[in-house]
Amino acid sequence: MAKVMGEIIIDIERCKGCELCFDACPKEAIQLSDTINSKGYQFAIKVNDLCNGCASCALVCPDAVITVYRKVDKTKRPVKVIEIED
Amino acid sequence: MSERTYVDIEAELTDQPINFDEDICLAENVVYIKPQTLIDVPMHYCPGCGHSTAHKILMEVVDEMGIQEEIIGVAPVGCSVFAYHYMNVDMQEAAHGRACAVATGIKRIMPEKYVFTYQGDGDLAAIGTAETVHAANRGENILVVFINNGIYGMTSGQMAPTTLPGMVTTTSPYGRDVKTQGYPLYISNLLANLPGVAYVSRHSVHTPNNVRKAKKSIAKALEYQKQGLGFCMVEIVTNCPSNWKMTPKQSNQFVEEKMIPFYPLGDIKVPEGK
Repeated sequence: MAKVMGEIIIDIERCKGCELCFDACPKEAIQLSDTINSKGYQFAIKVNDLCNGCASCALVCPDAVITVYRKVDKTKRPVKVIEIED
Repeated sequence: MSERTYVDIEAELTDQPINFDEDICLAENVVYIKPQTLIDVPMHYCPGCGHSTAHKILMEVVDEMGIQEEIIGVAPVGCSVFAYHYMNVDMQEAAHGRACAVATGIKRIMPEKYVFTYQGDGDLAAIGTAETVHAANRGENILVVFINNGIYGMTSGQMAPTTLPGMVTTTSPYGRDVKTQGYPLYISNLLANLPGVAYVSRHSVHTPNNVRKAKKSIAKALEYQKQGLGFCMVEIVTNCPSNWKMTPKQSNQFVEEKMIPFYPLGDIKVPEGK
């Protein structure tokens, strides 16, 4: 089975901290930061590596601050050959 | 713009190195990126406002269809009065409510161009009802993107024609009483009855799935405009967190629980045989 790896990059200076991406994320990979950006908003940050690049967060993000990447690892695992005896 | 990138700024602010996986963050792996047609400036909308999402999907459609040079937009008066600051297409500002009338003129002079108007409910359903209804009745070949949040957002939350019964606004502090203030105006259903109207559809942008559907609907409407089928309208039921006095999350919940049962989503009118 191919392994799907995702990554998001959040433009934190544009993020307004509306938290809409938190609910959209099925993996709960986004949380609010403890610090603020230059406009005084707490911004969204990625908190774990479970992201699979589904782009749900980017779709609901009003300010389009999230860029989503997805890579599918297509290297095949070695197949175990089972010999069937008659 | 400073020379520091946001990655540097985030690293400074959080005092920890940012570990982006460089194998994944490559141009060929991009699933979603901000549309090129959306100008790279911060929007003035409140956090969580559906206007920004609507701008975004409209510009994504323009990007995907490759019609940046062939589309002309008409901006309204209301919260989205500065739509021309964000959309990198030819735009025209209209007087309050008269966007459909302006779009009519543009489309008649340049019938080969795509023409859209982007209007809120105070603009389209209140002051501009006459212009909208008559443009629809003439079957003008334009797309109207109608943002319905049930309130006048720009002027701090007065009651609009689309306000739900019982909804508290600054001009209906005890809730909208239908006996004195009338019933909400179903503008989409109203226009769907007119013979000149080709396509009417209602969507929302509060969940990823609904965003996808709304985007498809806008693309479909522009396609119908190309075929010259007539007046197309896409209504987007959305939120107004600031004037509903809610957090963005709560406002989306309100959309889900109150607005959508009242304004059911889906196609209201589709062209025959489509």
